Amino acid sequence: MDMRELIERLTSRHKLGAPIFQRPDLTFVDLTDNDRLRALLVELRDIEGFTHLVLLTAVDWIEEGKFQLTYMLNNRAANQTLGLRVYLERKDPVEFTSIHDIWPTAETYQRELREMFGINFPGSPRVMDEFILEGWTDMPPYRRDFDTLAYSQQTYRDRPGRATNDPRDHMKSKMYPEG
Amino acid sequence: MKDMDKSFRKDTETEFPLREEMRPRTVTAPDGQVIEIDPLRDYFCEEAPKVHRKSYSAIVEGFYNWARANSLWILGFGTGCGAIEMRPLMTPRFDAYRYGIQWRPTPRQANLLIISGYLSVKTLKRAIRAYEQMQQPKFVVGLGSCTINGGMYWDSYNTIKRLDDYLPVDLYIAGCMPRPEALLAGLMELKKIIRRGEAEGANKYAENFDWYKANQKSVIKDWDMPDYSW
Repeated sequence: MDMRELIERLTSRHKLGAPIFQRPDLTFVDLTDNDRLRALLVELRDIEGFTHLVLLTAVDWIEEGKFQLTYMLNNRAANQTLGLRVYLERKDPVEFTSIHDIWPTAETYQRELREMFGINFPGSPRVMDEFILEGWTDMPPYRRDFDTLAYSQQTYRDRPGRATNDPRDHMKSKMYPEG
Repeated sequence: MKDMDKSFRKDTETEFPLREEMRPRTVTAPDGQVIEIDPLRDYFCEEAPKVHRKSYSAIVEGFYNWARANSLWILGFGTGCGAIEMRPLMTPRFDAYRYGIQWRPTPRQANLLIISGYLSVKTLKRAIRAYEQMQQPKFVVGLGSCTINGGMYWDSYNTIKRLDDYLPVDLYIAGCMPRPEALLAGLMELKKIIRRGEAEGANKYAENFDWYKANQKSVIKDWDMPDYSW
């Protein structure tokens, strides 16, 4: 399967960004029209042979005020992986379309994203259940404005006497004392 | 407390609601009888642990300690990567059984809890339950630097830093991870401590019970078990 040809074909009907041909078998492309996500996914699954959802993950672009969702789809017969990227506005509450009915495995990913990034997927089964964390009341911990060091210092007691050797300082003082 | 973000304050206001199945409720039986159910109180006893007093005579106590030191039964409860180090220890390569140290599958049959590495808050809850289910005399060994000061998880939001805030630790074995030889040496050291009558962790736990419970509850926000129930 020629990915350039596929992207060209899709671009005629969907609003796609510039594709990145990372490897011969790995391509990334942005979808600029979020409402067309389900239509595109169903088309990719049923017509183009991308039958397997490899993963669904998120990136927190805090500077741009956006969340990026990546839907990694795999076409086993053609040995091609397509990473479809969608950008959401980073303002509470963050919600997005659930795709648990297209791939049931998405349910688990969506539960994880809800807990770790606070991205809700209304209608996804058990999406409000706890996934990994238990009794978590703070901000979702994978968001970049969550300071894990400050949280741990405010929650757990330090044992005095712990020393940290920064490799850079250590090398500077031991190997290049002249400067 | 270096490079700490001053602006980030953790949320200390929000209470985690008690799970629905743990809430007290009233149930009407098929025959019309109305039953009050409080899952946290109905099935458990609330008696706090008691200090186990020493024997009346030093000779008898010394004999007890000799017997305790030679009867170490480890609870097979692996919490972190250290659980992997215990596998060669219990198999012919290092063979801890020749020292009379053996593993048991349930807390009721064990008297030594080895916290083998990092302990997340979620696992801490299970570790506390396992520890409280064990029968006295019981001992705790902290394995690896994670149990001592957090180790490589020193800035993690979900792993504890000091095990002795939550459970009474009799002995630490340092390392990341300590090899089975270190574990053997540590267990031999534990035997000496027990022999000297200094492994008083369980009594310490009973004496400072409120302090331990306050520490445990400060990190486990969904505390849905009785304070001492086993």
